[in-house]
Amino acid sequence: MTPSYYPCPLPGGGIADEYALVFDQARATRILIIPALLDEANKLRHFTVEVMRRLDGAGIDSFLPDLPGCNESGQDLATIEPEDWSTAIHAASRHFAATRVLAIRGGGLLCPPAMAGWHYAPLKGASILKTLLRARIIAAREAGRDENIDDLLANGLEDGIELAGFHLSGEMLRQLQSLVPQTRSEICIVDHATIGGRALWLRAEPDFDPVQADALAAVIVMSLTA
Amino acid sequence: MTASIDDKLRHVLADVLGLAHDKLISFTADTGLFGHLPELDSMAVAGLLTELEDRFDIVIDDDEVDGDLFETYGSLLDFVKAKRETA
Repeated sequence: MTPSYYPCPLPGGGIADEYALVFDQARATRILIIPALLDEANKLRHFTVEVMRRLDGAGIDSFLPDLPGCNESGQDLATIEPEDWSTAIHAASRHFAATRVLAIRGGGLLCPPAMAGWHYAPLKGASILKTLLRARIIAAREAGRDENIDDLLANGLEDGIELAGFHLSGEMLRQLQSLVPQTRSEICIVDHATIGGRALWLRAEPDFDPVQADALAAVIVMSLTA
Repeated sequence: MTASIDDKLRHVLADVLGLAHDKLISFTADTGLFGHLPELDSMAVAGLLTELEDRFDIVIDDDEVDGDLFETYGSLLDFVKAKRETA
């Protein structure tokens, strides 16, 4: 596993180097990993990297790019919209010469349209947004403030909003509301039931389960050799 | 049917809290949840709500969501049972 970079086009023009974690030995199968989004990215990062370790052991290269505004990125998330993430994923795919894609959860909303691969535990953009909005109103009510989702969303679409520590632009909210996972025959959906165990994105504290990483890597290796 | 809602709810909580299922068996109606379990923060509760909707096929209105709902295991169980009856 080595740290690397890829040239990521910026929304206002220009290019920034974004960080990527890579297992690259110039092998034939090169899988671009699209990470889970926002809060789920933290909860699933350990799992994601462990899946990459197992793919490496099975002779498969993989690449985990940072999305602009997320993880180690120097970009301000408040200036980013999902389209910029899709552009970044496309750039990373070209830079690393990926042959397949593995999208984790909300990462599947950013799948490059022409690539084949796998999507683990898909969900809609609207579901990501709903959970973040609910977390905000629960915290507000605990603090004695009465907020409701309709008002938060209406204001957020105008002026942006801070949810679970993420500063999201109005355009980010607008696009998340309507993004749905792609249903293409080239993208194999891997439901969580196939992997088994407790869904890691539900865990109150980030956790890791080696059996789940084994299972997802096995699904990929088997479908490549089938 | 009631027993299975209880059992399913314990499983969902075990998934969220990372507790062994046998520890969840010791949860009683008075066992405190939100505000009593430090790991059950607002983000975890929000994820739990979405999971409850999926697993019990119910819709939870946002004005029903407050700390009282998760005050104790009993209050959460009563809420899910009532929702199932009207689902």
